[in-house]
This record gives sequence, C-alpha cells and structure tokens, in this order.
Amino acid sequence: MSLYEVQKLLFHVNRDPKMFDRFLGERETLIAEYRLTEEEQRALLETDFRCLYEMGVHSLLLGPLAATLGMSFPDYLAILRGNQP
Amino acid sequence: MSLVGAFAASHAPGITGRPSLPPASESEPIFSAYDKLRGRLEAARPEVLVVVSPEHWANFFLDNMPSFCVGIADEFSGPTDEKFVNIPRQSVRGYARLARALAEGIAEDVDLSTSQEMAFDHGVVLPLHLLRIELPVIPIIVNCLAGMPAPLHRCYALGVALRRTVDRWPERVALLGTGGLSHWPAMPESGQIGIDFDRRFLDAFLNGRIESFLRYPQDKLEAEAGPGGHEIRTWITVAGAANRARGLLLAYQPVPAWSTGCAVAALEIERDG
Repeated sequence: MSLYEVQKLLFHVNRDPKMFDRFLGERETLIAEYRLTEEEQRALLETDFRCLYEMGVHSLLLGPLAATLGMSFPDYLAILRGNQP
Repeated sequence: MSLVGAFAASHAPGITGRPSLPPASESEPIFSAYDKLRGRLEAARPEVLVVVSPEHWANFFLDNMPSFCVGIADEFSGPTDEKFVNIPRQSVRGYARLARALAEGIAEDVDLSTSQEMAFDHGVVLPLHLLRIELPVIPIIVNCLAGMPAPLHRCYALGVALRRTVDRWPERVALLGTGGLSHWPAMPESGQIGIDFDRRFLDAFLNGRIESFLRYPQDKLEAEAGPGGHEIRTWITVAGAANRARGLLLAYQPVPAWSTGCAVAALEIERDG
C-alpha cells in the first residue's frame, strides 16, 4: 500500500503545478500528508531517483519529474544506473 | 464522408525534448517522416482529428484507470510534462459535440469511459506540435501503462467501432494513433530497442495482417518490446479502423538517444471521395 502512496504523491506533483510548487517549497509538510515509510520519506526528501525506482515507482513518474527539476535526461539515466553524473 | 486518413507515429519525448542528442542520421528520417505525414494529412482535408494516445499519468492513477477514455470538451490543455518534451503548455481545441457522438457510437460495441476535463501529455501534444496542425481534436486515451490494460484484440475492436461510427457522419475525420514501438522509457535499460519485434510488428501492420498480434502474450510483448511496447495498442486501434488496409512506412529508425524504435506510417484506407 505504501508504494501506492509514494506514486500517488508523485502523480499529484507531476500533473498539478500547485503541488509541484509545494514539492519545491514545503516538501516536508507535503510528504507528511501521505502514508509513507521512513525510507520512502527520505527518498522523496532527497529526490533519490535510484532508490525510488528500485522500490518500484513507475519510471514515467520519475523521468518527467527529473526534467521538471532541471536535470538532463542523460544525468537522470546515469543516476538510475548507479553512476553519479 | 467519414474516415479520410489513418496514421500512426511514435511520440518519443526525446524527439522534441532532446532533438540534437542522436546523430542526424537517426533523427532526420523521423523529422522528415513527420513532414511527409503532415502532407498526407493536409491532402486528406480532415475537419477533425481523432488522436488515440496512451495514458502516461497525465489523467489517471491506480485508484481508477480506464481502459479507454474519450475526451469530451471544446478545449484541452497540455502538455502536462512540458519540461520533459520541451513544448510549452498550451490550449488545444476540442470538439465536444462530435466527441460525444463518437463515444456514444463506440459504446454500442465497446465499453469505454468519458472525461469532460482531460489533460494532454506528450502523447497527444508532441505529434500535434510536429505536424503543426490546428484541427480540432477528439482524444481517446488508451491505458497502456498500469493496472489492467485492455487485451490487444479489444483495442482492435475499439478501432472497428470507431470506424463504424464515423462512417455514418458527414464530417471528414482523420485518425492518428501515437506511441511505440519498442521502448524502455526513462529506465536503466533506456536505449535498448527491440528492432526484431518492431520490424515484425510493422510488417503485420502495413500488410493487413495485424491479427497475428492480437493475442500476443503480454509477457512476451514486454520482454521483446519493453514496457513501452504496450503502446502498440494505439497502432492496433488504427489498424482496426482501417479495416486491415495496407500501408506505407514513412520511417522506421531505432533511436537509442530517444530510447525508442521510432516509426511513422500511413494506412491506405478505402474511401469514396
């Protein structure tokens, strides 16, 4: 159920600009509104794409978020593959 | 009058998001094919464009993920993933009256849902952007993503029902399926391309033999064409609407930097004018 909540948060952040602004400006408050484990909270706070991918988050919830955060696609892939850019 | 054109094209976000990342020898065939597609679309003189596009989390989540959803509105907005595709969010004209008629007609044979507030992502907006067309759009979103996507043969039935419906209309309707072919999107495996699968699928799609793919095992599809391979559903819908017409391949090009086996094609549908 928890992975579901992680993905739901990312779904909201990706499709609603107001939620994206909250993700940038008040991330801890936003994250507290979802039922998440400590590890999930950490991965979201640190935008740990590799950890999020490995816990099963769908890649099309992650790639667009990386782009919106200003990360290049090659850098995003390098992080997913465990090679820090 | 009815269906006047049936087309299908890849919508890889990299086409506009990272246009210069692949070598020109890989990217140019796709840009050129989109230009040719625009010429064919203009020659067909449609009054409305039905776009069959996969869902990519722009509208639906795992709480409620419809198999097929027709957007019934006079205006849409997108892309939701504007930085991913490097296309500014914009307004796109819809056609609520015809969209409702389309949904009602299809629903005589195929269950579907409707939405009066649908967002567009790259699946709809990227092809419209490359084709530089201003036609009103009727979107049909197909779940190729998660939850319980419709079986491939039901996507064919969707196309058959669509054709039966629009063939009763006076309006000239063009159909564009977007997505595919093989790709592993935004994943560690991105760049891998199932060239053999893509070529076999195109051979069937272009030669009126799509039946051979309508019962394709889902695990085999995903192994050979990646999670993005599920997007052949939109191509299969176009094939259903075209009634197994033969077609012309405007381009097939594996583009690893766009993470996609990119294809653009036109089917030669029979029509009366």
